[in-house]
Formats: sequence, C-alpha cells, structure tokens
Amino acid sequence: MPSWSFARASSRSGTASRPDPTAGAGAPAAFLSTRGSSVSSWLDYTINGLIVGNVYALVAVGLALIFGVSRLINFAQGSIYLVGAYIGWVAVVQLHTPLPLTIIVVAAAAAIVGLIIERFGLRPLQNSVRIAPLLATIGISFVLDQLVMLTFSPNPRALPSQLPDVRFQVGGGTIGPLDLLIAGVGLTSALLLFVFLRYSKLGWAVRAASQDRDAAMQMGVDVNRVNQAVFGIAAALGGVSGMLVGMYYNQIDTAMSLQATLKGVVAEVVGGAGNVPGAVIGSLLLGLVESYGVAVFGTSYRNLFAFLLLVVVLVLRPNGLFASARQAPPEPLTGTFIAPSRPVRIPRWALAVAAAIFAILPFFPVSFYVLQTLINAWLLGMLALSLTLVAGTMGQVSLGHAALLAIGAYTSALLSLTLNVPVGLAVIGGGLMSAALGTLLISPSFRLRGHYVSIATLAIGEIVSLVILNWESVTRGPIGISGIPPLSLFGYDLISPSSIYWFSFVVMAVLALLQGRLLTSHLGRSFRAIRDDDIAARAYGLSLNRYKSLAFIFGGFAAGVSGGIAAHLYSYINHETFNTQQSILALTVVILGGLGNVVGAIVGAVALVGLPEVFRIAAEYRILIYGIVLLLLVRFRPQGLLGTI
Amino acid sequence: MAEQHTSMLSLRGLTRRFGGLTAVDAIDLDLAKGELISIIGPNGAGKTTLFNLVTGLDRPDAGTVHFEGRDITGLSPERLAAEGIARTFQLGRVFGNLSVMDNVLIGAHTRLRAVKPAVPVIGPLLELGLALLRPSSVRAEEERLREEVKVILARFGERLLPRIGQPAYSLSYANRRRVEIARALALKPRLLLLDEPTAGMNPTETAEMQALVAELKAEGLTILLIEHKLEMVMRLSDRVIVMDEGKKIAEGPGEEVRTDPKVIEAYLGHGLSGTAEQESAA
Repeated sequence: MPSWSFARASSRSGTASRPDPTAGAGAPAAFLSTRGSSVSSWLDYTINGLIVGNVYALVAVGLALIFGVSRLINFAQGSIYLVGAYIGWVAVVQLHTPLPLTIIVVAAAAAIVGLIIERFGLRPLQNSVRIAPLLATIGISFVLDQLVMLTFSPNPRALPSQLPDVRFQVGGGTIGPLDLLIAGVGLTSALLLFVFLRYSKLGWAVRAASQDRDAAMQMGVDVNRVNQAVFGIAAALGGVSGMLVGMYYNQIDTAMSLQATLKGVVAEVVGGAGNVPGAVIGSLLLGLVESYGVAVFGTSYRNLFAFLLLVVVLVLRPNGLFASARQAPPEPLTGTFIAPSRPVRIPRWALAVAAAIFAILPFFPVSFYVLQTLINAWLLGMLALSLTLVAGTMGQVSLGHAALLAIGAYTSALLSLTLNVPVGLAVIGGGLMSAALGTLLISPSFRLRGHYVSIATLAIGEIVSLVILNWESVTRGPIGISGIPPLSLFGYDLISPSSIYWFSFVVMAVLALLQGRLLTSHLGRSFRAIRDDDIAARAYGLSLNRYKSLAFIFGGFAAGVSGGIAAHLYSYINHETFNTQQSILALTVVILGGLGNVVGAIVGAVALVGLPEVFRIAAEYRILIYGIVLLLLVRFRPQGLLGTI
Repeated sequence: MAEQHTSMLSLRGLTRRFGGLTAVDAIDLDLAKGELISIIGPNGAGKTTLFNLVTGLDRPDAGTVHFEGRDITGLSPERLAAEGIARTFQLGRVFGNLSVMDNVLIGAHTRLRAVKPAVPVIGPLLELGLALLRPSSVRAEEERLREEVKVILARFGERLLPRIGQPAYSLSYANRRRVEIARALALKPRLLLLDEPTAGMNPTETAEMQALVAELKAEGLTILLIEHKLEMVMRLSDRVIVMDEGKKIAEGPGEEVRTDPKVIEAYLGHGLSGTAEQESAA
C-alpha cells in the first residue's frame, strides 16, 4: 500500500514540543517498494488520492457551510476532528461499541461540541468587529486541543478499525474495507447534506442565509437556528472524519488538529470559500495532488504540495476555482475590522521611569530566575512588536509569525557558524534576512483581506518550516543546528545573565522607540488607513503592495532579530523550535496589549511570560490559559488593556 | 480626437457586465474643464458602477476612459489618484480609527515628497528612512499640510474644526460625509467625483453642502456629481445625464431633461407619468 498520511506528515524528528507519531510508521518502506513500478501503482495513487480527498471533504464541507452563513473561517474545525478521533477511541476501546454505533456516538458528541462552540464562543460576538470571531475560533481551537491533551496525554494512541483486514483487487490496485467505508461515509453525507439543503425548510434557510444574511433575517429566517444547524452538521462531519482517519492509521494524537484545519481550509479555499460542492471538488483535487506529489517526490513533501496549492490558488483566483472572479466587497460603514477605541495615554515620564527601573534591575539582588523570565519577555516583546505592527497597525492578522523568528534564527546561526560572522552582526543579518525573505514570502497574500490573510500566513509559515526540514544541505534538515556560539558584542562574549538581560532589553527598547517613531510619521497614518478601509486608501493613492511590504519589512526585522538572539541563547535550533504555538502566543500578547499599541505589546509580553511564573503554573496548562485569555479578551475587552491605536 | 483634447474626461462606449446584468451599457460622456455634470437615475441604474470604472476600482469590459487626452482605462486607483482624480463614496468610507486630521491628511498623500520616488525597492526603502529620520524638510511639509487641512476644514464652518482630533467613527453620519469631501479636496483634485454627497442629510445640511459644491464649481473645479436631490441637481449642473438600467437615456440642460418623458418613466415607472411634474417640482 502506498503511504499517505492525513494528519502527520509535517514533523518527523520528534525532538521538540509537539509529539510526533510518524517516526514509527512503517509506511515509507511500503511506499518505496511500489514507487514508479507500473501503471497499477498509479491507480493505487489515484484511489488513495480520492479517498484522502474524501476525508478532506468531510472537514472542508463543514468549513464551507460555516463560511457560507457567517463569513467566518472556523479555525476550530480541526479541534473538533481531534475530539471526534478521541471520542471514537473511548467508544471503541473503552466501551466496545460496534462500528455503526461508534459512528453515531462520534457524530452526536462532536455535534454537541459544535453547538457549544456556536452558542458560547461565537454567538456573543455576532455584533462584534470582524476580527473577533476569527480570533475566537483560534482561541477555542487551542483550548480544545489542550483539553484533549491534558485528558488523554500527548502520547499517540491506537484506534482499532473494527473492520476485517482484507484487501480486494480492483483493476491493478487494491482497496480495503476501510477505504470503502470512508468512501461510503463521504458519499452518504454528501447525499444527506444535499437532501437537507435542497428539501428541508431549515436547509432552505441555510441557503438563504448564505446568499444574503440580512435579507434572510428580514424575511423571518432565524439566523441563530441556521448557525446552530450549520455548526452541528459541520462538527458531526469533522468528528466522524477524525475518527475514520484514526482508524485508517490505527493511531491518533493531538497534533492531528492543526493539520486537519490546514488541509480542510486549503480544500475549502481551493473550491471557493462558502461553496459546498466546490469544497468537495477542492478536497478531491487536493487529495490527488498530494498523492501524485508523494509518488514523485516522497512523503516529506506532502504538506508542501498542499500549501503551495493553497498559495497558488490564493494568488491566481482568491475566490476559489469555481467562484466568480471579480467582486467588489461591500462598503463598510466604518472601522469594522478592529475594535474602535481610544488608547490609554501613558505619560512619557512614566514610560521613562519604567524603562529606567527595568534597566537598573540587574544591580539589585534579583535571582537568575527573574532575569531569565524577563529575557524571555523581551524576546517575546520583540516578536509582539513585529506582530502588533503587522496585525494591529496594518490589519494583517498573521498566524505564521514564528516563521520570521525561524528565518532570523537560522540566518544568524548559519552566518556565525559557517562564515564566522561576529554574532552581533549575524543577529542584524538575521533581522535583515527575515525582513527581506519574510516580505517576499508573504507578498502573495498582499491582495487578500481579513481571514484569508490569516490562512495564507499560516500556510506560508508551514511552508517555511517544511523547507527548513527538507533543505538539508543548508539547514541540516531534521537534525537541526547545534553548537551555535553565544551572544557577543565587539568581541566580548555575553555569558552572564545580566549582560544577556541588558542586551535583549536594549535591543527591544530601541526597536520599540523606532516603531513608535514610525507610527507618528505619515507611514503610521498610511498603514492605519489601509487597515481601516483599503478601497478608500487605494482611491487616495496608497499602494497596498508598497505599504504592506514596508510594514512586513519593519516587522520582519524585529522578529528576525528576536529569533537571531534566541538562536544564540539556545545554542541549538531545529525546524520545530519556532512553531505555531509561538505565533498564537504572540497574537495573544498583541490582543492583550491592544492592537497596534507599542507599549501594549511589551506590557502584554511581560504579563503573559511573567504571570504564569508568578503563579507557578505548570507548563502543560499554559497554552490552555493563553487560549482562555484570548477568548476572554475577545469577548470582554477586544481593544486590549491599553487600547487599539 | 479634437473633442478629446478639449474635454477633461471623456468616456467612449464604457461597458461593465456582472454575469447576465449589464450594469453600465456603452456610456459616452464628455466633461469639459470647469464643467459640472450630474448623473441621475433610479437606484441600480449603474451610476456608482460608472464611478468605479472611472476611478479604477473596477475595470470595464469594453470602452475607454480618457483623462486630459490620455487613455487611463483600467489604470489602478492609486495611479489615478496621483493623476489628480478624487472621489467620495456613496455610503461613506472614512478611516474609522483615524482622527479627522489624519483622514484628511491621507487625502494629501499623493502630494507628499517622501512618497514621490517611484523606483522599485529603493523608493519604498527611502520612504521608510525618511519616515524614521524625519529631516527638517519632511517635518516642514507635514506642518504645512496640517495648516492646509485646517483651511479645508474651515470650509465646513464649525462642523469639523472642533472635532479635528476625534476619531472618525465617533462622528455623525453627515460629518463623515463632510470628512470624505475634505479628504478629496486635500488631494487638490483636477477632477472631483461626488457620489451622493447629501445622502442622509437634513434640509439645512443639504443646503450647506449645495453651497459648498457651488463654491467649488465657482473656483473652477471640474465635477462629476451623482445626486438624488433634483433641486440641487438643477441648480448646480451645467448638464444632466440620466441613466437607467445601465444606459444613458437622456442628456442635456436640467430643464430639458426633467420634462423628458423617458426620464419621467424611468423614475416613476409605467403608468405613473402623470404625477411626474408634481414630483420633480417638489
């Protein structure tokens, strides 16, 4: 059987934080034996591509339904898929339910989770700014994933398939009962969904709401019921899909969630967001592209194909393959993407006093532990400065910001190791590389808006990580880079905690001052104008490419410097050192401090790094707490502590 | 060709289709320097789409747009802004989180010196450098523009000046429309397109707006106006163009157009033409 994996091809080394089940899978060997052997193996790849596509479709259709009625990309869809897989495990392994009952239990339980998300996570945000539900689904996704991880431990578990292990010959290929089950579930749900949308009253309401929500409401459609129906159906499909994939590999783990979200979103966007039949076709296409790509290049390239497909579609046909190409977006009333607010004014003397206190801190008898915590806060602060400029000031909510850290870190590490560049210069080199390469990589997303930017940046972040993993001649692949020299300045090594503290504090302070200066210039005004209304901004001569590039150049530099310093502090980095969790952590910091708010980014970083230390919260609960903080902020103080600028 | 040289804006066969619907259907239009033409017509007649085609926010499926004799068909909105074409939007697109001052300063964006170098890569980097270093010339320019904004805002009496530092989202609807017009004036436009500047305004505010547009016209500004309030149209326009279902159904001086049976029918529908006189006189 050729290998294909849905949830786990992104990480192979298993060295870092995320648990990784792929290392033990025997599939690659089997894959090699059939590679390129005959026409029959191509048939196998086609069958497998279509079946993977079926699994993607179960996720993507749910995303498309949700997007249709609420114009929202549900980043929590993968978490429901994860929950479905684990409920399946409980049902099969603990309760010994027969297969039909397992499917029903999983669908019902997942649907309940979907309803809870809709009722408590999203409905309160209905009249909120557009960024709010997006951030909420990200927060929900982290909370759900962490809850699953804390309940079931991050270690992979076996999920037996309950079906006889036989293969049938079909033409030149083979097909197993589970393949047939997946195909059967896919077709049955497509049929049920079609009948529901076409013939039931609620289905009509769903279609009406997705064509014109306001008109539907005026005609008496209960939009809350429509949302409930859609979230329930989407969650049931997603949960069953997770269970089927778990059975296919006989293995489930918590890393499945993010990958499922990504693949589902790719399939959905390729088909055209909100387009249900498009999502099915996009899914099958994605399955085939991946399957053939793996056949030609090998398994570690699977996700690279998926994300490149996404970026290509976003660039060439941002409304998907089947949507009408040119559509002017409706005119907004005013400032509807981010929460309007008046920023809290902090007098300059107060900032100067605070900076002075932090600057002289090492002269006092503070412990190494305190300094270490604050060093982490300054590094996170630089990342948050970068993200608050890009996401807050410019309105481009980047979910792949950790990739900028990675580019800076690898550049600085390789410059100092292989070219013997002094570390101080290497860190600056890392910042410049991150500014240049990061901007170049993100530039395809410049013509996108709102939620699409988040998807594109998430995908681009994954692409960076996959390139680092696969480009072994430069990045040393999964082994990572070790023996990175410590920080040094003008020939003096910075080894003592206080010197590292001062170094990172000064770098962050300088970056913050520069950013503050930028915001008061005509550029700050231009960035914020584009964020508030890009159509009006263009009509007044503001080129989106030019100003988005400048924001990413400036922000990329700060993030790259942060990554560079981190590399020299850690002395070892690999492709997983800078992961999506850091991107989300930075986003939480930015929301906490106030979008676009320079002081807020630093306050937020100190709070999110420091408070868990103060309260001695165990590491495994921190991500959960960050997720909850994000949700509470979006719900109760969307402008953050210090206010949006 | 000779005609194109005398007119500031000239449209030939401009057409835009959305699926089966032809929103703008082979429109010809010539607007001379200093002239004010109003475009009227029922909702959905294609007026705003026509504006979008002229200002580059949408691309025509057929036809051409010439501005001061040069073909500008399909140019990007940012290029057209730099050419001196400014517009306002039907529903009001102000920058909600920017202050009134900053909103209007954005209007002057194309005139900033830091923005001028159009060299790829180097140009934007120079702009970033100038924004961070802010040499005295940049600071002086910013100061001058701020003074200029105050002069523009003074045209609206005490409506906007006292609110100069307030974010635009906190303004009333009518004041947002005023901010839009102020922003357009800050561009120092050679052609100004106003999309229903008095929408949602009460009679006093409408009269103020009408006086302002008349003042701009008297100063020699070339204006294309979409407006539903016929009295204002009749008073201000040199010529009136009537659109219905994407087509130009009438063109001429206001008095001529208002009695045109085709126009009356388009506005009031079949069988209601009898009440037209009364209605248009109101």
